[in-house]
Amino acid sequence: MADLKGILVVGELGKEGLASITRELLGVARELLDVAEGEVNLMLIGEDVSSYAEEGIAFGADKVYVVNDVSAQEFPCDFYTHAVDQFCRKAGISLCLMGHTDLGRELAPRAAARLRGCICMDCVEIRSDVKEKEFVQLRPVFGGKAMAETASQRGVIQIVTVRHKSMSGFVHRSDRRGDIIDWSDQLQKGPVRTRLIERKTEEQEGVNIENAPIIVAGGGGIGGKEGFELIRELGRLLKGAVGASRVPVDEGWVHHNIEIGQTGKIVSPDIYVAVAISGATQHITGILGSKCIVAVNKDPDANIFKVSDVGVVADYKELLPYVIEHLRGASK
Amino acid sequence: MEIIVLVKEVLDPDLPPSKFSVDTKNNRVIPPEGIPPVISPYDAVAIEAALRIKEEAGGRITVVSLGNPSAEAVVRKALAMGADAGIVVSDPSFDLEDSYLAAHILTQTIRKIGKYDLILCGRQAVDWDRGVTGPIMAEYLAVPVATLARAIKVSDRSVRVERVLADGHETLEMDLPAIITVSNEFGQARIPSAWGVIKAVKEEIPVWSAKDIGAEDAQNKDNPGEGRLRRLYIPSYERKCEFLTGERPEELAAALVKKIYSRETASP
Repeated sequence: MADLKGILVVGELGKEGLASITRELLGVARELLDVAEGEVNLMLIGEDVSSYAEEGIAFGADKVYVVNDVSAQEFPCDFYTHAVDQFCRKAGISLCLMGHTDLGRELAPRAAARLRGCICMDCVEIRSDVKEKEFVQLRPVFGGKAMAETASQRGVIQIVTVRHKSMSGFVHRSDRRGDIIDWSDQLQKGPVRTRLIERKTEEQEGVNIENAPIIVAGGGGIGGKEGFELIRELGRLLKGAVGASRVPVDEGWVHHNIEIGQTGKIVSPDIYVAVAISGATQHITGILGSKCIVAVNKDPDANIFKVSDVGVVADYKELLPYVIEHLRGASK
Repeated sequence: MEIIVLVKEVLDPDLPPSKFSVDTKNNRVIPPEGIPPVISPYDAVAIEAALRIKEEAGGRITVVSLGNPSAEAVVRKALAMGADAGIVVSDPSFDLEDSYLAAHILTQTIRKIGKYDLILCGRQAVDWDRGVTGPIMAEYLAVPVATLARAIKVSDRSVRVERVLADGHETLEMDLPAIITVSNEFGQARIPSAWGVIKAVKEEIPVWSAKDIGAEDAQNKDNPGEGRLRRLYIPSYERKCEFLTGERPEELAAALVKKIYSRETASP
């Protein structure tokens, strides 16, 4: 086990080709080769995935292993667990990277258990320490109140999930060369235990929260479903998306797919307007990438003001109708 | 239906940041004085899930907590909510900060309990926020697993789980026995009744040691864990806040709109 080499990126697909997290990870992987040595391998699994392999090379893969198999869709996590386990063993991989996604959160611990690997979840940064010959990961813990920096163990495979949008950009180079290997027949299928019956997309209201330049979000201080009508109206007028902190979701005022924070979505808009959000750390960690944070809260000591660029001490119920009136006037 | 719920005692997540401190020399969180630990909120939801399954399908709920001897308090809370039996697993030799090891120790505990149909736990503990214990245990026990459940429906020898996705949900089906991690979307955990609390106080809660469950070798090299903790620190998220001024809401609103528009044009 001492001579582990190379990186495996577990690929995922998005609406247009490779998922953005996979592109990010390929870029990250190239930076880590000074310690990982060997090559950057990308694994793509699913129905007819070969067509995405070239894109994987352009974003940084040296080798792309494709597994074309329709049954992967029926038993997604079981299938990926077998594939990652087998590939890492066979190739003697030293670092396995995946997104902290619906798939990664479940796949990483399962693959780690099989490979008896080191595991690190939800990292916002991974770098190599050439002197110590180890990988160093940074991750928020205690709901973001603290940061933990952990190091890999030599001679043991490191399995890491990375939070979406935490790494800076990626480079697409269409002149990059690499190999595409069909791995479909080589994969030995293991036992399948969890069957996927159906998968349903629940459309987010209005603008998609993860790519929105402006987000207007409400918190527990909104007090109920009715209050969110003002938030929605403000969102519409600013051509932004609507979000919420944990409390409105738990209380059932809004759908869970607009939750922002450690257990919801991580966002980085140009302007984030936090209305009646107290500023629990687990929420704050989800909005840190925002260029400008505007807070409206009636409590001048609310924690949210500490992390904001612009603050308004006011009761949202009194303030927002005037804001909306102003914006309506401006858009005429 | 034999249901086992795994619960963890954690630092109160609602603790204000001002009360949260870290011993940076030893990379440890300093427990604040006078603020007792609580049950990890997602684990409380897992107990709620177990109770609803029991109400529908019948059965027995055993609550297990790995931790310090003080974990008895969270087990007692689960009993007060309506669980039938509780066990604390505690041993000075356990490294409680490593959930990879926790999965191993809990697996040994499950083996000692013997019979089970369903193991439930929260989607993640709110201290180290990893969410790996359930899936790792599923591999150790060679049983199916579903994570992030917002609805659970048990029928005869199988279970259907609605799993929360970033943009929707998926329905999964597994044979029993199985492991399910429960998400907050499942619903609120119930408040124990006065009668439940009185009953729970009298309940005997055994404490199992490493020897009792055959986990004396938990720290061996087959469990590489999560690597070495190099550094633990409190990050600063602070920004300089410019407070807008105005006597009346109308003035504040006008100032706010102006500010938003100027930021909008300032951003690329």
